[in-house]
Amino acid sequence: MISEFIIQNAPALLIAVPLLGAFLSPLIGRISRDVRALWVLAIITLTTLLGLLVAYLVYTGGTLIYVFGAAAPTLSIPMDSGGIPIRIILTLDALSALMVIMTVTVGFSVILYSLSSDSRRSGLEAYYTLFLLLIASVLGMFTTGDLFNFFVFLEISSLAAAGLVAYKVEKGKAVEAGLKFLMVSAIGGVFFLLATGILYGQYNALNIAMLASMIQWTPLDKLALVLIIVALAAKCGSVPMHYWTPDAYSMAPAAVTAMLVVVSQASLYGLFRFCFTLYGLTLTYAVIGWTLITLGVLSMVVGVTMAIPQKDIKRLMAYHSISQTGYMLLGVGVGLAVLGDQALLSSYGFTAIEGGIFHIFNNALYKGLLFLTAGAVILRIGTSDMNRMGGLGHNMKWTMILFIIGALAIAGIPPFNGFASKFLIYESVFAFNPILSIIAMVVSILTLASFVKVFHSVFMGPRLPEYADVKEAPASLLIGMAILSGLVIITGLFPEFFVQHLIAPAAHALADQSGYLAAVLGGA
Amino acid sequence: MFLNLPFIVVVLLALIGIATILLKRNLIKIFLGLTILTSSVNLFLVTLGYREGGIAPIYTLSPAGVMVLPTPHALTLTNIVIGVATTALMLSFAVIIYRRYGTVNVDEIRELRE
Amino acid sequence: MALAAPLSSGFGIWNPLLWLLVFVISLIIAYAVWRSGFSGYRKGTGRGRSYLSGNEEPAGGDVHIRAGNLYWGFTEGIKGYYQQVVPLHTGIMTDNLLWIFWVAGVLLVIVMVI
Repeated sequence: MISEFIIQNAPALLIAVPLLGAFLSPLIGRISRDVRALWVLAIITLTTLLGLLVAYLVYTGGTLIYVFGAAAPTLSIPMDSGGIPIRIILTLDALSALMVIMTVTVGFSVILYSLSSDSRRSGLEAYYTLFLLLIASVLGMFTTGDLFNFFVFLEISSLAAAGLVAYKVEKGKAVEAGLKFLMVSAIGGVFFLLATGILYGQYNALNIAMLASMIQWTPLDKLALVLIIVALAAKCGSVPMHYWTPDAYSMAPAAVTAMLVVVSQASLYGLFRFCFTLYGLTLTYAVIGWTLITLGVLSMVVGVTMAIPQKDIKRLMAYHSISQTGYMLLGVGVGLAVLGDQALLSSYGFTAIEGGIFHIFNNALYKGLLFLTAGAVILRIGTSDMNRMGGLGHNMKWTMILFIIGALAIAGIPPFNGFASKFLIYESVFAFNPILSIIAMVVSILTLASFVKVFHSVFMGPRLPEYADVKEAPASLLIGMAILSGLVIITGLFPEFFVQHLIAPAAHALADQSGYLAAVLGGA
Repeated sequence: MFLNLPFIVVVLLALIGIATILLKRNLIKIFLGLTILTSSVNLFLVTLGYREGGIAPIYTLSPAGVMVLPTPHALTLTNIVIGVATTALMLSFAVIIYRRYGTVNVDEIRELRE
Repeated sequence: MALAAPLSSGFGIWNPLLWLLVFVISLIIAYAVWRSGFSGYRKGTGRGRSYLSGNEEPAGGDVHIRAGNLYWGFTEGIKGYYQQVVPLHTGIMTDNLLWIFWVAGVLLVIVMVI
């Protein structure tokens, strides 16, 4: 009875539980710090279980619809509305489910990490409220089937993330980073809302499926698409709108940075979702595809070349996340560029989309892992300046091993998961345009080069006198990192299993607009 | 012409907002520019919801006639709330930045670069 | 077994387990080579000390090559590129925002024209 209720309402609970947990955590935190830690842990565990349940339901039973306030949760079109879905709706297809899995795994690991690494900070009541709010909003962005709700969750994630970025203050520098991030997000939000308004004004609908069934390619639609692309590309930190990324990533606490990676991926998800599902074949797919490819290649090259001379460890890694975002834009952009050509799509387009989506999943895992190891190092030695580091491998063996796993994964070294997704991207993009594939490989080599730099300057070398008695990172940090690194290894060792069961359904869900429409509008 | 007037005002407001954001150097004025930009979008949404001769969608004792769909107004209200939250957070950031850096000039708030 | 199936991209395949097998075999070979060596090493006799032309070994911090000195040649080699790109990262907020409007404008022109 209760389990039936949970299964029926799982999509709504997935957002409601972290939301409720967020706003109750300051209240419960008044009892004591330990109770609050337990509360946060319980909420994130529950959210993780719900997320995995929802993903299981979607992968076994197909696209899941949840309509708020309807007689039955799956009744998307009310009887007396004349075929218009007017209610707030959550739509979870395989892609959303994959992203939910990613969010809850990373969220669980970083909360576990953060409970120990941030336990001595002040102002924790607001910290965990914002953290859970951030997770809730990201889950909302992944699951919503409504353009305006996406905007609301986008804004919630911006506000929560900006607050978390500025959380440490750091003589005002963190606040500066938070301000830059918030300003870019606010402009992006305004752009997105304007696009929503334009589409609503033309088609009188906010439901993505409903809009998609009616959308033309009028000049106003073009304007709306441009606004959506720019807003979400700026939010996911693609060059040349990436300037907030290194600031925000380097100034936020390590656990927050790992979560910010997922937040960026949420914007990227929105970008792909709206290009494929909302516009689909109506847009001039070659032009938009090449736009994404151009943004992707710029991000890859500028991101990695800017990373190499960096001296701050987290700033270097932040530039790498820009560069990794480029891979996803490249992979999915190639898929978009051949969307209308069924032969090319089945020849390499799907593989490119699969590679891009697999890379989103992998990137969240290994990038989160890398930021957490950087956080562990900073926690123990108190500086993020790589010029003042060295020889830490003697004292922090486990952190070093976890860092090596993450670094090899991001550089695309077999057998870790970064290689598996890059392999799909290389091969399919090579069939599309060999030069792009070569650029991607060169960027991968430069990524390896800069992580060799980090590895050498942080962990290698003789034991430095000032760090002679540095201790290994605490156990709960290591557990959080170990979960992520375990997943990195497993996805790296059995890539085909993951691609077949998780990634390919997601890629097909993304490319299959009519399936999404049929699920929401009931075969219309 | 008259029906298009609000849209012209929307564009003008948006341009004023963007110009303020990009040209002013004072943080507070930049925030004001963002508020103007947000207001222009709000005005756009409200204008979309306007129907000539439409009546408010309150069913109790409503006169006969065409009712207005309240969705755009709901969107506007939501966006106003979000705008207030954003502005409040930004202003609190400005307070901290002024305390730590001693300035609200954006050209001097650049500890993080390259 | 489905779990161990190779990853196929439609153009080529990749099997990490095979790769792992090769890795393990090469490790075994390396171990065999190492075992067949002469084991005359005794601890505490100073044999592990590095020999620097008879000079004393410098302290730990002096021999470690710090991060700032790594890849100097790479950055020097494409200095022209870095001189173009690094100054773009001014750290001034309005410059960052200007880029968003630039991209929006350029993209709008591209989408509208084609």
